[in-house]
Amino acid sequence: MVTAGIDVGAKNVKVVIQEDGKVLGKGQVTSGLDTTSDIKEALDAALAEAGLTRDKIEKTYATGAGRKEVKDADDEYTEVGADAAGATFLFSSARTVIDVGAEEGRAIKVGEDGKVIDFAINERCAAGAGAFTEAMARALEVPLTELGPLSLTSSKAVPMNAQCAVFAESEVVSLVHQKTERQDIARAVHDAMASRITSMARRVGVEPEVCLIGGVAKNPGFVDSLERDLEVKVLIPEDPEFVSALGAALLAAGVVKR
Amino acid sequence: MAEDTSTKEYWRWTESNWHDPDIDWQGGDIIAAGVDVGSVSSQAVITVDGKLYAYSNMRTGSDSPKSAENAMDWALEDTGLTQDDIQYVVGTGYGRVNVPFAKRAITEIACHARGANYMYGPTIKTVLDMGGQDCKAIRVDEKGKVVSFLMNDKCAAGTGRGMEVFADLLGVHITKVGELSLQVEEEPPMVSSTCVVFAKSEASGLLREGWPKEKVLAAYCLAMAHRVVGLLERLGIEEDFAITGGIAKNIGIVSRIEKELGIKALKPTLDTQIAGALGGALFADALVKKERKGK
Repeated sequence: MVTAGIDVGAKNVKVVIQEDGKVLGKGQVTSGLDTTSDIKEALDAALAEAGLTRDKIEKTYATGAGRKEVKDADDEYTEVGADAAGATFLFSSARTVIDVGAEEGRAIKVGEDGKVIDFAINERCAAGAGAFTEAMARALEVPLTELGPLSLTSSKAVPMNAQCAVFAESEVVSLVHQKTERQDIARAVHDAMASRITSMARRVGVEPEVCLIGGVAKNPGFVDSLERDLEVKVLIPEDPEFVSALGAALLAAGVVKR
Repeated sequence: MAEDTSTKEYWRWTESNWHDPDIDWQGGDIIAAGVDVGSVSSQAVITVDGKLYAYSNMRTGSDSPKSAENAMDWALEDTGLTQDDIQYVVGTGYGRVNVPFAKRAITEIACHARGANYMYGPTIKTVLDMGGQDCKAIRVDEKGKVVSFLMNDKCAAGTGRGMEVFADLLGVHITKVGELSLQVEEEPPMVSSTCVVFAKSEASGLLREGWPKEKVLAAYCLAMAHRVVGLLERLGIEEDFAITGGIAKNIGIVSRIEKELGIKALKPTLDTQIAGALGGALFADALVKKERKGK
């Protein structure tokens, strides 16, 4: 069965079209003020990649913070449910799923059957979300995509005192003024964020394998800091930002059952 | 006055300088100054014999020493005074150690308490300073000395910087935000997060749901008020109560704080943003007297 999963996140809308567990097309659009048109645009992009027309999609499930915006969805799933479905489909050995998105971080404990056992969410504070690295990249005047690689060249851990992204921005500026090496500041940023995510994950219990998803999983600097902090290697799928949308599509198809 | 760029940059509040034409500084004995370099704004205040004579209030740049220098120069403008005429300068605020011409740095808590005591008189017991990146609730005695205080040192949620983001996104000038936020028939539920970093997506989310601007602003003002009321309640409030800092100029937040507390704040007679620098100048004045006694 051909199905679509639409993940309306805080920053981006992501769409995955799948058939029998095989991804046919993906689409991603950065959210503006008109979510309805962003959803349509992302869906059209995914359809184009799949070489399909809209009538071929038999079922559509929505997820993400803005999932209510998908007016013609057949059903909707929480982000936690979609994350767990997508991640355990890709890595059946995963027992802990960590999703770090633009504005939210989630740690989910899943059973051998892929069912959600427990979860923790940080949604009120930018210190444990992608928005944190974005703000720090701005303060460092480094493009976001270069912040991770830059931090990997650091060999020195510089402590960061501030937790709040607003205060951390000031701290980064003073570190720059104190002539601290930029790579060391980049690493300090990732270390600080990783420690927030780790403490959230420890609330549900970190059991291997650990799967990391969400847009921030594409930042190698953060991954390095997180692995050091968690003291385990993490599994990262090819397109970590699409896992939640994939999960919704798989749930729609009944490939993954809940 | 600074060039008016308010049509493009809605967050931009009006910078200002002022001096009292009725005071002749040449006849004065002690000329002292306080410079408050905050995260968002900087002020310089000059006192003559412990009386407010001149001040400036402007945005902080990326370079703290330069911001201090600029604020001082602007306060001195048209007064005929030069920096050499000032006998003692106290630096305060977030960038207080970076005021190059200051003899001493004093915390902004002490300075705000002292400044509020001058502005509102000895009956003032509780001061709430709402600044660009922090909020401080301060209990003071009748001399303006700090008895106890609480501040948001871990999280910047609900501070002035977030309001600037809201103003910019909604295209409402920062000085009009408070008034507009009161034009709602009934209070909406407050926004769920007051995180400054999330302010933009919070506001656009509500606009997407079709909320009018005034309702979005009301929801944010309510949440900001609620946050600082929590801080005040933990500290314990005693009247008289006053609010200092830039947010004190926002009637939408002030009136909601008053409503939740069930207590009215004293009406300000001076620019609420200069309280810290004014306190600094008064400390500087006292320090000159102390030095003289010592000699």
